[in-house]
Amino acid sequence: MLKTFKLGGVHPAENKLSADKAIEKLALPKSVFIPVAQHIGAPAQALVKKGDQVKVGQLVAKSGGFVSANIHSSVSGTVKKVDLAMDSSGYPKQGILIDVEGDEWETGIDTSSTLVKNFETDPKKIIDRINEAGVVGLGGATFPTHVKLVPPQGMKAEVLLINGVECEPYLTSDHRVMLEKADELLVGVRLLMCALEVDKAYIGIENNKPDAIKHLKELAAKESGIEIVPLKVKYPQGGEKQLIKAVTGREVPSGALPIAVGAVVSNVGTALAVYEAVQKNKPLVERVVTITGKSVKNPANFLVRVGTPIQYLIDAAGGLPEDTGKIISGGPMMGKAVASTDIPVTKGTSGILLMQDAEAKRQPMKNCIRCTRCVTVCPMGLEPYFLMTVSDKQIWEKAEASKIMDCIECGSCSYTCPADRPLLDYIRLGKGKVGNIIRSRKK
Amino acid sequence: MSITIVYTMIALSAIGILAAVILYFVAQKFKVYEDPRIDEVESALPGANCGGCGFAGCRAFAEACVKENELSALFCPVGGNDCMTDVAGILGLEAVTKDPRVAVVRCNGTCEHRPKTNQFDGASSCAVASSLYSGDTGCQYGCLGHGDCVAACDFDAIHMNPETGLPEVIDDKCVACGACVEACPKTLIELRKRGPKDRKIYVSCRNEDKGGIAKKSCEVACIGCSKCFKVCPFDAITMKNNLAFIDSDKCKLCRKCVVECPTNAIIELGFPPRKIKADLPPKPAVKKEAPVKKEVKATEENKTDNIEKK
Repeated sequence: MLKTFKLGGVHPAENKLSADKAIEKLALPKSVFIPVAQHIGAPAQALVKKGDQVKVGQLVAKSGGFVSANIHSSVSGTVKKVDLAMDSSGYPKQGILIDVEGDEWETGIDTSSTLVKNFETDPKKIIDRINEAGVVGLGGATFPTHVKLVPPQGMKAEVLLINGVECEPYLTSDHRVMLEKADELLVGVRLLMCALEVDKAYIGIENNKPDAIKHLKELAAKESGIEIVPLKVKYPQGGEKQLIKAVTGREVPSGALPIAVGAVVSNVGTALAVYEAVQKNKPLVERVVTITGKSVKNPANFLVRVGTPIQYLIDAAGGLPEDTGKIISGGPMMGKAVASTDIPVTKGTSGILLMQDAEAKRQPMKNCIRCTRCVTVCPMGLEPYFLMTVSDKQIWEKAEASKIMDCIECGSCSYTCPADRPLLDYIRLGKGKVGNIIRSRKK
Repeated sequence: MSITIVYTMIALSAIGILAAVILYFVAQKFKVYEDPRIDEVESALPGANCGGCGFAGCRAFAEACVKENELSALFCPVGGNDCMTDVAGILGLEAVTKDPRVAVVRCNGTCEHRPKTNQFDGASSCAVASSLYSGDTGCQYGCLGHGDCVAACDFDAIHMNPETGLPEVIDDKCVACGACVEACPKTLIELRKRGPKDRKIYVSCRNEDKGGIAKKSCEVACIGCSKCFKVCPFDAITMKNNLAFIDSDKCKLCRKCVVECPTNAIIELGFPPRKIKADLPPKPAVKKEAPVKKEVKATEENKTDNIEKK
């Protein structure tokens, strides 16, 4: 019997079209736009100005606070301007536009592919290096990794969970990383274990990736303390709290962080970025991005420099199909439709999905008949239909009392609703409002 | 048989009397004194319970009126000055009059002026749309057109115009309760002073982008050129973040700025038409125009006179 989380969950069609496509290095674009806010927390402060020459890996924006991350140039060239431009948030955001000239890396960065296994076992040094390299959670939430590695006062991490679940349909970037960069990944896991001072790490992988499970199991057999946990295929298993429940059986209390049950969760992509940051002195300037869709000519997994316009990826995958209805940054369940193809790939972009018009179009909303399917599938045990109603009617006290802030925005409710109600749209709205109310109360 | 009925009646009457006595004493004990003027004030109020005064409803507003010693901070926008005079009469206080106000939508980005750049497929709500992205046109400040303001209005005073995709306020019905102002996530709606004969001049734009960007996304955007600011003789116009704003309390409705605006972002409403004027140089044209109008229509002549006096 495979492990999984208990409450709710759905199983959308997997559509992992690019699972057998090896990671390809994407050629450099003509120019990149690097937003200064690519992470949760304070935006970074730009250090360069128009006309400056930059090299790959050069620090171009400095972390703007404790919960923030450094931003490095992903290309070499001239800074064209520091200005507002559209990013995947849908609003113009501050960023650095760089014209690409050649590909000259900052000195001291090891760009070779030789595996460096040995490292200094000083947790502070590892965390400092991760902080400098601007590593953030690459699963999509983009929480700065160095913050995660320093548990709050009085709390102690007991176990490290590595998230190789990739439960979103279509996306395969983590899958490919596990297959092709397994050695580096395991060094990254050991670095994270060392930084957290834990002696046990689990890598959770859904059972629809048997090749990755087999490959990692073979390699992990040589390492002590790293265990591969195959998991039942169920969305949203890759949710932090769901993964903790599935692997350790512990439940994170409402409103608390995973560290409350002694767990720290990191994505496989993050573990790889940690390896590169610490062992290769390479900041986070590129990541694996899946570009996929049913009508896409060549679905692929590209190693892309941060800041590359998504149009560039689309062209590399065979151009924009005629019947594209929506372009989604991320997966189909949690991703966000974008309004333009000029937006850049950021640290949190795990995939670009070109959805066909027919599958993307929403059906008109019908009345709620209280069938409670949304309640059944909610992995957090909430009542989405009720949360939607109170958010629509702006009854924020009730929304708060009904734990709207516990929603992980997985979209299972909207996916399953037979009346096609936009449950998550309204819950997100309510979450934003209630979050503001809670924050203003604390002040 | 009949004796049972008698007993029953006696027993029930006894219980009834006993309960009445208990209730009487309890009522005396827990009596809450309520100022009778609260009822009086409430009956003088319109009873719309719209919340435009800032209180939960008319009753709550009446309670607040009775508690206060002066009415300067309290105003019922629905009832207006007449209603507040009544309330002041009941309470023996001095009535405070305020200029009547009306809601104005400060966006003129119709489908023609502001072409769509993408299609929104989410829940039909401005609040949801604005939480997701900047909107389905190039302008991130403009109207989203899902009608949250229409849904918020209790007085049927604001409607979406399907042709323009923008909301329109019916001045006669608008009570300036401010519900639509609250509802609009783009803060496009403003409560402005009601001009004589519902005339108004306002900058129908909230775009804070630089001129070029603003003009690119919308033909009638304010480009922040400051021409209106320079021409205004009453200091009613302020420039901030590439955007002009006309203070309705200072504006004397002279219409000088309207002609000056290169993008037609300043809108005049309720004025008599002046088609010939637009081609001529602005200043003398206003004066020349008046006699022409006189011949055409008597009522319009009065209107133009009013403006010139002001």
